Amino acid sequence: MARTVTTQRKSINTLAAWSVGLLIFFPILWTILTSFKSEATAIADPPVFLAFDWTMENYSAVFERSNYMRFLWNSVVIAGGSTLLGIIIAVPAAWSMAFVPSKRTKDILLWMLSTKMLPAVGVLYPIYLIFIKLGLLDTKVGLTIVLMLINLPIIVWMLYTYFREIPGEILEAARMDGATLREEIFYVLTPMAIPGIASTVLLNVILAWNEAFWTLNLTAAKAAPLTAFIASYSSPEGLFYAKLSAASTMAIAPILILGWFSQKQLVSGLTFGAVK
Amino acid sequence: MNRKTALIAVSSIAFAAASGAFAETLTIATVNNGDMIRMQGYTDDFTAKTGHEVEWVTLEENVLRQRVTTDITTKGGAFDIMTIGMYETPIWGANGWLVSLDDLSAEYDADDILPAMRGGLSHDGTMYAAPFYGESSMIMYRTDLVEAAGMSMPDAPTWDEVAALARAMTDKDNDIYGICLRGKAGWGENMAFLTATSNAFGARWFDENWNAQFDQPAWKETLSFYIDLMNDAGPPGASTNGFNENLSLFQQGKCGMWIDATVAASFVTNPDDSTVADKVGFALAPDNGLGPRGNWLWAWALGIPAGTQNEAAAKQFVEWATSKDYIELVAAKEGWANVPPGARSSLYENPNYADVPFAKMTLESILSADPNNPTVDPVPYVGVQFAAIPEFAGIASQVGQEFSAALAGQQTVDEALAKAQALTMEEMEAAGY
Repeated sequence: MARTVTTQRKSINTLAAWSVGLLIFFPILWTILTSFKSEATAIADPPVFLAFDWTMENYSAVFERSNYMRFLWNSVVIAGGSTLLGIIIAVPAAWSMAFVPSKRTKDILLWMLSTKMLPAVGVLYPIYLIFIKLGLLDTKVGLTIVLMLINLPIIVWMLYTYFREIPGEILEAARMDGATLREEIFYVLTPMAIPGIASTVLLNVILAWNEAFWTLNLTAAKAAPLTAFIASYSSPEGLFYAKLSAASTMAIAPILILGWFSQKQLVSGLTFGAVK
Repeated sequence: MNRKTALIAVSSIAFAAASGAFAETLTIATVNNGDMIRMQGYTDDFTAKTGHEVEWVTLEENVLRQRVTTDITTKGGAFDIMTIGMYETPIWGANGWLVSLDDLSAEYDADDILPAMRGGLSHDGTMYAAPFYGESSMIMYRTDLVEAAGMSMPDAPTWDEVAALARAMTDKDNDIYGICLRGKAGWGENMAFLTATSNAFGARWFDENWNAQFDQPAWKETLSFYIDLMNDAGPPGASTNGFNENLSLFQQGKCGMWIDATVAASFVTNPDDSTVADKVGFALAPDNGLGPRGNWLWAWALGIPAGTQNEAAAKQFVEWATSKDYIELVAAKEGWANVPPGARSSLYENPNYADVPFAKMTLESILSADPNNPTVDPVPYVGVQFAAIPEFAGIASQVGQEFSAALAGQQTVDEALAKAQALTMEEMEAAGY
């Protein structure tokens, strides 16, 4: 039986949801607003919210000083490439764990997740030395591989969770109809798990896009993505908050737009299997 | 095509090929500050003169320090030139990680580099990085508030005079605080200021046998004086204030005086950003009549990592960026107030530069700091606001947290000093001193 909800309660819930949403979004909104202020207005006390002389000078200064398109392209290639590579490896891995589990499957899953618990700086020097030997330093290929590896446990875990919700009998029926393993995964399992795969892809693109430790430490001039672009505008000796805000806005805009347009898939993927 | 045209064409191709063979692309790691960003804008001048291209990697100071340290210790070769400071240069030079710069051309005139800068960027008499700009610290004060208090600021004040003036200028009801000083924890934040200040109070980090000295009376006097003064005349929340926070307060007219990097002088006198641009005076950092003043010495310098494939081209760049010609170039395009200060003697002999309001005090501040004899009592280390040993940054960051907590009122001066003494002794013993 459906629970009756009064209009008053609905209004309160709506108001509360909007308040929490705005609170979470406020730092981003403030960054965007600051990017249109002069440096002097950016540090004004009390802070100015909307009543200031809006200016585009920070954006033109950032465009003049930095090759934004190169940073953007590097981010797209690295985030997209690492996610694609991760999915290609994780789909068969998650399939085997979900449908042909061994007695060690749970242990392997936990072990995979435990690699995320090690502080990244602990393996910086070994990975840096490997990159030097392999000539991967400051290359998009090298960074794509590293980001794929650090996000792989999350991809496998997410896909494993989604696959577990799919009845094994459907795959069994496909096998009885003569489907090969490859056909079973690509033509039967994958289409049914599309919402889950889509949300996994989106989440990992966001994680890879925002990853700052490896992208700063393994790049120099050629493969540096947007995280390095933002870092180049941060300064402990000098008030360049407006320019830093402009750079930050330019860095987060693409992923913000992507997230906005794909929020339906993201939500449906994240709630996939929640209701049986 | 006649023979003459063919000959010209062949010569042109040969020349282009030869130029191409020698034209390199240099990767330079640098920090995001005004002078460095300005230099990036003039890269075309270097390329036009040498044919070499330049790719810049600009990073925030702490990120840059970690990034270049990783690369140089692993001989990664990601950078042909690194922007480094006075702390790293002698340590890295001693380890053989940097190329010697003693063989720069005669017209570069290395003898023109200020002796304090050259000394701080050398190890065993060999220069390992060329100063792009140098800085010390000094007092920047509000001339109108000093006048309103019926007092005056001497050119070379004592700490007692500064404290009296700061307390007299304080008007907390109107958000005016007599003195703004660094309180944020960090070896390059509060510890840069407090280490330099402690020199004026007769304190030192280590005795000649590398024993920590925080249990000595001079350190207690330093820290007590600083915290009492900040409680009486400092802004609220000072324990989280660093350079940028104090710059913001001063520019908004909330500080009577500010003791910090000389490079800040151009910011606080810039009418576009500062509401008090025409009311700022300058004085030397205070002393206590013991000899050393409470000012530090720092340089951002260009060093070439050993093992770079482009050493010759990198040296050409270092010569170009730190030359007299570069200073002339910036002066011609943007005025003398915008040239990189504190590196060359000839700049301060230039009558055009003498008109810049903070030039004289910047030079005097730099000249009054001696990294080889920074303290009243002898010490086994080099450096005014740091001790140039690899362990210092880690230890001083921890000590900085204890001192910052004392400023925030979370512990007493005695507790902070006892913890600083214990942790410093422990770390030094572990490091084999």
